[in-house]
Amino acid sequence: MHKDLLRLARAEPAVRRHLALCLAAAVLAGLLVLAQAELLSGVLSGRFALAALLPLVGVVVVRGALGWLQGVSAGRTATGVKSVLRARLMRRFQESGPAGPRSGELVTLVGRGLDALDPYLSGYLPAAAVASVVPIAVLARLFVADLASALIVLVTLPLIPVFGALVGWTTKTVTERQWRALSRLGGHFLDVVRGLPTLRAFGRARHQSTVIREVAAAHRAATMRTLRVAFLSSLVLELVASLSLALVAVPVGLRLLSGSLHLDTALLVLLLAPEAYLPLRAMGTKFHASVEGVAAADEAFALLTPASGDRAGRAGGTRDTQPREARRAGARPPEIRFEHVTVRYPGREEPALDDVSLVVAPGERVALVGESGGGKSTLLHLLLGFITPSEGRVLVDGVDLATLDLDEWRRRLAFVPQRPHLFAMSVADNIGLGGAASPELIRAAAASAQAAGFVEAMPQGYETVLGERGVNLSAGQRQRVALARAFCRPSAEVLLLDEPTARLDGRSEAAVVEATRTLAEGRTAIVVAHRPAMIGLADRVVRIGAGRIVHDRHSDALTAERGDAR
Amino acid sequence: MTATTDSTATTDSTGTVSGRAGGSVRGTRMIRTLLGPGMARRLVVAALAGSAADLAGVALIASAAWLITRAAEQPPLAALSVAIVGVRAFATGKGVLRYAERLTGHDVALRAQAATRERLYDSLIPAGPLRQRGADLLSRMVDDTEAVQDLLVRCLLPAIAALLTGIAAVVIGAFLLPVAALVLALGLLVAGVLLPAGTAAAARRWSARIAPARAELAARVADLVHGAADLAAYGAKERALSDGMAADARLAALERGQTRINATALGLGVLVQGSTVAAIALIAQAAGLGQVATAVLALTALVSFEPVLPLAAAGERFAGVSAALHRLAEVRETPVTVTEPDAPAPPPEAPLTVEVADLVIRHGDRAPALDGVSLTLTPGRRVAVVGPSGAGKSTLLSALMRTVDIGSGDIRINGVDIRSYATDDVRAVMTGLTQDPYVFQASFRDNLRLAGPEASDGELAESVRRARLDAWAERTGWDTVLGEDGRTVSGGQLQRLALARALLFDPSVLLLDEPAEALDEETADALTADLLDATRGRTTLLVTHRLRGLEQVDEIVVLEDGRVTQRGTHAELVSAPGYYRDLWESETLIAASRASGA
Repeated sequence: MHKDLLRLARAEPAVRRHLALCLAAAVLAGLLVLAQAELLSGVLSGRFALAALLPLVGVVVVRGALGWLQGVSAGRTATGVKSVLRARLMRRFQESGPAGPRSGELVTLVGRGLDALDPYLSGYLPAAAVASVVPIAVLARLFVADLASALIVLVTLPLIPVFGALVGWTTKTVTERQWRALSRLGGHFLDVVRGLPTLRAFGRARHQSTVIREVAAAHRAATMRTLRVAFLSSLVLELVASLSLALVAVPVGLRLLSGSLHLDTALLVLLLAPEAYLPLRAMGTKFHASVEGVAAADEAFALLTPASGDRAGRAGGTRDTQPREARRAGARPPEIRFEHVTVRYPGREEPALDDVSLVVAPGERVALVGESGGGKSTLLHLLLGFITPSEGRVLVDGVDLATLDLDEWRRRLAFVPQRPHLFAMSVADNIGLGGAASPELIRAAAASAQAAGFVEAMPQGYETVLGERGVNLSAGQRQRVALARAFCRPSAEVLLLDEPTARLDGRSEAAVVEATRTLAEGRTAIVVAHRPAMIGLADRVVRIGAGRIVHDRHSDALTAERGDAR
Repeated sequence: MTATTDSTATTDSTGTVSGRAGGSVRGTRMIRTLLGPGMARRLVVAALAGSAADLAGVALIASAAWLITRAAEQPPLAALSVAIVGVRAFATGKGVLRYAERLTGHDVALRAQAATRERLYDSLIPAGPLRQRGADLLSRMVDDTEAVQDLLVRCLLPAIAALLTGIAAVVIGAFLLPVAALVLALGLLVAGVLLPAGTAAAARRWSARIAPARAELAARVADLVHGAADLAAYGAKERALSDGMAADARLAALERGQTRINATALGLGVLVQGSTVAAIALIAQAAGLGQVATAVLALTALVSFEPVLPLAAAGERFAGVSAALHRLAEVRETPVTVTEPDAPAPPPEAPLTVEVADLVIRHGDRAPALDGVSLTLTPGRRVAVVGPSGAGKSTLLSALMRTVDIGSGDIRINGVDIRSYATDDVRAVMTGLTQDPYVFQASFRDNLRLAGPEASDGELAESVRRARLDAWAERTGWDTVLGEDGRTVSGGQLQRLALARALLFDPSVLLLDEPAEALDEETADALTADLLDATRGRTTLLVTHRLRGLEQVDEIVVLEDGRVTQRGTHAELVSAPGYYRDLWESETLIAASRASGA
């Protein structure tokens, strides 16, 4: 049983109701098999009149109806649980800030990954409920009917879980190692298909065909090794069940021969004995089918458990530290002050920022330069509240950023990340991401960001849908749409631009630099820049390397220094 | 948003329509094409083992029923001995045969899957089918190849076993009481043919509606994850979240609809089984059949449904399987964009002269990507192609590498039409750093070595050094696994890895598509300088949007909207008004803006 999953199912009233209904229907249908066996053996042995067929049909109808009910409520349970988990996961991603390196896996988990829960919720859980009730009921009935047969079943029945556990336990490590190897081999084909253009360029495409064959053969050999062991457990279980039936049937026949047993009892025993084993075996099968779902659930709950040092706990925390009205009225760029800020990312020895102190005056235009990985983007992410300082603090107009309402603070920012994401929606929605922007504002923003030309050339203009299933934009075009997003925030007081002109060709770059210059008018701008044109519009250049500030010069001083060096 | 949904729906429904039209003829053909040499025999073995296991199950109950009812008539013990042996033999046989079926079945399924993948890959090797496919669609296509396994293990083998078991049960019944056998046959047909056909049809109908809903949810989730920073910065997460939840709610409603259908099939199956057995008991009693025969008949009927009832679920799965296989067939049948010559000319030999004359290339119905481009690469000559994005620079390289076909005009290598060479021969002499280079899930060394399988460690190190990747290589380690599950490679490092590959491959004509793309300014400058050093005296075509260093190349071609608008040396182009000078001025803007800023 998956504790977290069950707790989640219980916490949601609708899901709990459907789950209860599903389990009840399954158990009841399982118990009706007893009644069915009773009636059938009665009719066949002649103990009951032919009229007993009528209640038999009645039982069958009810079983069919219960089967339907079980299926429907199982479906509702599964979709209910998945929706709750999805909602929690989606919210969680928003709290934990920018996507990490595993973001592709997360998308898969929330989408198709959670569908793996279906076999667990709608297959395994009802099977487990049936297995915990029906065998006992069957045994009880057998004890009443025929002690000897009941004892045989009682003795052999536990062999199923015992053997199941034993075989499972002895082969667990072997199979786990095998499955890991399998997933690696399984991923190989996708990898090769993705890299096909590269292989083609170096004349290795045909060669890989042989490699694919070899890997597939290795994959098959490894899989079969695993399966030989995995199926062994089901062989044992199947044998226990069918041999037990033989073990029951043969003595029963012999006792009938001696006249010490009635035919209707014998037929009842024959019909009931398999029903004692069946639920346990069904549970085993369903469990195997749901292993993937359990893994998906584990992964989901691991993501939902907040990690320490995360800023998630704070997101909804402190609000109203300063009245909103006062902030609006004072629409003046703030003074930003970094005080001895150190940022450490988990799992990395070197701090991303190491005791950095920096004051950005209102209205100042600062270019952050330096090698990639030096800590420039980290500085921007600190200001955005995506990460918090491990040591030191960030002050906005003298107030610690950690105590500010983040949503409120971010409303004063306009940000273009290094790799902006374009959403699978219309261009207009992508530009007006911040909320209710008028079409005029969106157009103006696009024009300022040098995006209007190509947007208007698209078939549906600003209503063109972007994304994998929509229109694909070139890197430069994506960059300009993201810039337009920043331009679409006239109220922003602070611009945070992370390499806004990367991937732009010279002409657009010059135009974007000009537009940025206009946008920066009367605002504070902190721009991570590599290209000279962008650096040129700053009145201060801060060079960051290995997490420290290496140089901090006003640009005229810097120019002079460079001039000397060259 | 609507456009997205619509286009997916159309693809899916067309797939469904043609899938349904084919019927069983298509089914058998499908299976035949899936199986490679030697697989048919294994499949037959698996089918026989599976059928035998199910038959043993029926025989076990039938013989046990006979044993018990006959024993009740108290015959001499010898009359029962065969049945006693039978019960024990069938009990053992059932388990062992099932084990055999599972192993042989999975073995043949894995073989069939491997064959499918290999055939799919072979059909992808010629340029064409993979164009315009995103990573997501690509991985779905790979997932589709797993459908072959399900087709065999979860649809075909159970269906064969159910069919044979059903026939056996009906034959047993016909010996005992023909009318009862008829009823049993009817019940089995309903449970084994009608219900699966119903679930299959329902699954087809529902998946046509569920697939777009699923795609929609995936797109919303991708937006939420990949765009988390943008959403947070712009305070747009609540809206994105509610969009995501709305997409989930739509999908959930559809999924509930589908489970209702399947639940109905499940309930009906139970009903058919029970009522068939009851009807048989009634008929047998009415016909005055003896107690032994009645019991055997009724219990055989009861058990013969066991392999048949799961076919309803198999029917549902079959709908998905056949859609997946249909999609794969479509990929395989996509015409290639570049056709190979029937009798290829002998491979070109260095030194190479490449002449491009009046080259026109179209992608579909759009305006030509290249519209009358001419240029000449003589041995040792370095030509740079510059121009705004979308001007056709990469298309030119693709044409030279024979991954797009030539519309009109021609490309000649040493005076011979490029189309008369095998495409592999062309790429063996003219290749390099392409757009979107890929990092494989393999060690750094192997990722590099694919461009030089026979290269010595010294040559590998040299190419890495020239691509200015040596420091990173030392830090990362040559045997560290890169790629999706391994260490992530930044854009700049990826570009340099691709450059190292190109330098290692050392083609007669080196093609470089935006080698400095995604590198920071300083590294880009250093790389460009190194690159121009490394290519001195080597035939090179460099596509770039950065002009620094281009004074070293022999000719610069300016491409705009698929046409050559300017050509000449750096000095010539800078002195003439036009795109090149504008670009050059904006690159050198630094001086001007510093002056104005001060």
